[in-house]
Amino acid sequence: MKRVLLWVPLGAFALLFAVVASGLFRPSDHLVHSQMVGKALPQFTLPKMVPDAPGLASTTFTDGKPRLLNVFASWCIPCMAESPNLMALKQHGVEIDAVAVRDTPRNVEDFLKRFGNPYARIGDDRQSAVQLALGSSGVPETYVIDGHGRIVEQHIGDVRAEDVPALLAALKKAGG
Amino acid sequence: MIAEGGLAALWFAAALALLQLVLAAVALSRRQTAIGVEDMLAAVRPIAIVQGVLVVLAMLLLIAVFVESDMSVRLVAEDSSAAKPLIYKVAGAWGNHEGSMLLWVTILGLAGAAVALFERTLERKTLVATLGAQAAIALGFYAFLLFSSNPFARLDPPPPDGQGLNPLLQDPGLAFHPPTLYLGYVGISVAFSFAVGAMITRDVGPAFARAMRPWVLAAWIFLTIGITAGSYWAYYELGWGGWWFWDPVENASLMPWLAATALLHSVTVLATRDGLRAWTIMLAVVAFSMSMIGTFLVRSGILTSVHAFAIDPKRGAFILALLVIYIGGALALFALRVGTIRQGNTFEPISREGALVVNNLLLSVILGIVLIGTLYPIVAAAFGTQLSVGHPFFDSTAGPIALALVALMGIGPLLRWRRDDLRAGLKRIAIPAAVGVVALVALLVLAPGIHILPLLGLALAAGVAVASVAPLWGRDLKRTPLFTYGMVIAHLGIAVSLAGMASESAFNKETLVATRIGEPQHVGPYTVTLLGVRPVVGVNWSAVEGVLKASRGGASTTLLPQSRFFSTPPQMTNESAIKTVLDGQLYTVLGNQDDAGRWQLRLWWKPFVTLIWAGGALIAIGGALSLLGRLRRERRARRGEA
Amino acid sequence: MKAKHQRLTLALLALAAVIGAALLALSALKDQASFFYAPSDVERDGLPLGKAVRLGGMVEAGSIKHLPDGISIRFVVTDGQASVPVSFSGIVPDLFREKSGVVAEGHFQPDGSFVATNLLAKHDEKYMPPQVAGAMHETKSLEQ
Repeated sequence: MKRVLLWVPLGAFALLFAVVASGLFRPSDHLVHSQMVGKALPQFTLPKMVPDAPGLASTTFTDGKPRLLNVFASWCIPCMAESPNLMALKQHGVEIDAVAVRDTPRNVEDFLKRFGNPYARIGDDRQSAVQLALGSSGVPETYVIDGHGRIVEQHIGDVRAEDVPALLAALKKAGG
Repeated sequence: MIAEGGLAALWFAAALALLQLVLAAVALSRRQTAIGVEDMLAAVRPIAIVQGVLVVLAMLLLIAVFVESDMSVRLVAEDSSAAKPLIYKVAGAWGNHEGSMLLWVTILGLAGAAVALFERTLERKTLVATLGAQAAIALGFYAFLLFSSNPFARLDPPPPDGQGLNPLLQDPGLAFHPPTLYLGYVGISVAFSFAVGAMITRDVGPAFARAMRPWVLAAWIFLTIGITAGSYWAYYELGWGGWWFWDPVENASLMPWLAATALLHSVTVLATRDGLRAWTIMLAVVAFSMSMIGTFLVRSGILTSVHAFAIDPKRGAFILALLVIYIGGALALFALRVGTIRQGNTFEPISREGALVVNNLLLSVILGIVLIGTLYPIVAAAFGTQLSVGHPFFDSTAGPIALALVALMGIGPLLRWRRDDLRAGLKRIAIPAAVGVVALVALLVLAPGIHILPLLGLALAAGVAVASVAPLWGRDLKRTPLFTYGMVIAHLGIAVSLAGMASESAFNKETLVATRIGEPQHVGPYTVTLLGVRPVVGVNWSAVEGVLKASRGGASTTLLPQSRFFSTPPQMTNESAIKTVLDGQLYTVLGNQDDAGRWQLRLWWKPFVTLIWAGGALIAIGGALSLLGRLRRERRARRGEA
Repeated sequence: MKAKHQRLTLALLALAAVIGAALLALSALKDQASFFYAPSDVERDGLPLGKAVRLGGMVEAGSIKHLPDGISIRFVVTDGQASVPVSFSGIVPDLFREKSGVVAEGHFQPDGSFVATNLLAKHDEKYMPPQVAGAMHETKSLEQ
């Protein structure tokens, strides 16, 4: 009896640990349930931001090919952090389009020169109008769009190296 | 260069902690080396002291970086702003994750140095084991800082100006609130190290209890101050009129306090009567795990999403890993060792010890309830339900038990150690009990319709206030030891604080109106008139300020509540204006202007609300007197030996 | 009493106290935890009457109405799929505005409306529940 009792605190602590650990590794799940997932992209047309990439219109996303839509800005630090991972996605053959928020052509050009250009098209969203219509509340955010202009997934925050496989899988699923 | 210097100091300190741990382990290993414990102690002591100096240096360098607004340091860029007043630049150094963790180890290093310098009573071997445990704890936090939360990391290229500190945190309260709580947490870690050391050498007895007690007392004093100050900060800063929100962050400081309170009482039984050996060790471990869980809850942000964006799950995982190593290790050691520690003394149920055991049980129950209530949202989230646990739960569960505990607190000190006679004991508590009953009847007659908890609280406060000074009756006041005064004052503080809480919830008056300028409004005994509204400008904020004339009887005063707008980051806060008088506080908040040009005013009259924090201060003062008394007696005892 | 027995009794007593605390807490939590609802949860699962709950969502554009007493407001909380009318008396928190996130504490009326006793706006850093925390990352940018 005595022997068993002495181990009770350790058992209670293990239970406590399980609770706290489950809380720690869950929040990414319930933090954000996007309102936009499953909905069609809003209609928009944005002029081009830099000379060597075309602008962006919502009609681009209905050509049957799943792709990523990245909302970014040259002044945002997590955007810098995620750029190598976007480049990696590009290497995997993913087409990434971008909405540049509250930015200037010169800054965006500098940004792309420094961190590489993973984007096929870049739309100039100076007033954040498209960003808000997309239900994006900050930068960076990345949307997975299927070939019919429907939002499949909304990734909030920077794309980290460990997010790359998940995004690739989501794109593949959207295509199939 | 300053930042690099700080980082270097941190690395050196970590290396010394490792050395300290290794030396302690060697000294205690079974195979006796040529070097004796005494020699090892001679080596470990200076290491602990130098380690303390280095980590203090690192903290000072971080403050220097904040003061000179070196925006190339990431932490400064994210949390500071060149336009900030100096005091908030200094406080900004620990107003963020990395800086606050550095503050944690700074205090830990200081405590380690203090143990090495001043501890004289403990058996040598246990002292070495304690310093080894202390080094192990420090090492974990150094690793945490250096590998996942480097406060000195640079930013390239540096931004022109920083983002500023959350305006809610730009307050003198911030300057000393976290450090106070950390002093408490760290003091508990020292107690934990003592417990681990004693388990390793199986030296659990009165001498160990006397060595540990000052640390528990000191930690408890700081936790008391931290909780009291935090409560007052939330009260005047949030502008909601409440003084305790059962917010997870508040609970994170309350839980270690509950455990430390229990520990404080059980360590007294161990020191005086050599009883409750295993239980005291257990409580030291529990108290430390509560402060680790507190740190974890606040720092990982899994409960409130304070700074949700700054959360890196790795950090939470790191603290959790430390928690598992320290607490899991200590509990396993407990299970293996406690059975082999020699039995302490037993006691009679009706005695001082008996009352202290019940005190410990009730405190444990309250602690369990607060812990479950705080963590329940996490469990629910795991099953897909989102919920929050607040006032109704804690008030209805912890409230009645806390009242029972306070009642016991009135009785316990009137019982004798070892064995007491039930009838004699009852005679001693007759007068306080009568006072409580009279208060209860008076309240029922004079102020009918009060809720049951505040009603019992007020009656109990009256009775217990009398009971807590009763131990001084019939004693020679000059020859009564200082720590007895400490106990009396701390217990009185509990009664005073309880009176404040109960009075606030029973008699609180609130008026919420949209008022025109010049129109008188009434709340409690006051008539409040808005005379005008004017713009005010601060260093990094601008505000509209309401000019209120508050009159009561013939006298009147001016109150100036504000709505402040901060520029970096953009945010608005309501600054309450409070008039404190002898019998309570008038609390005013200015809201927005409506379409008709009227201003929203929220007015509270809170009778005797200040007693809550006055009681908290009394508790801390009582603790300080007790600490002083104990230290003096120890010194005198040592001198007597020499 | 023998020493050994006393120690065992104490250990069992402590265990019983802690288990008792756990049971008490869990039974009280059943009634008194305040659950979090989004408007579409209410539409799907019915009204949680007679309980303190939290309602979270966005303040619908154009829905904030000020009542003549100057301190009461009505607005509509929506999550894109369903919406709930809310009434509140008091000083609205900092950064409470249309099209921004809000969590209202209070209770539902039988007619499906919600009476809030407290509003927590999205950027009240200390009091923001994770349920609407999605947008917090934006403040991390260094826009000037």
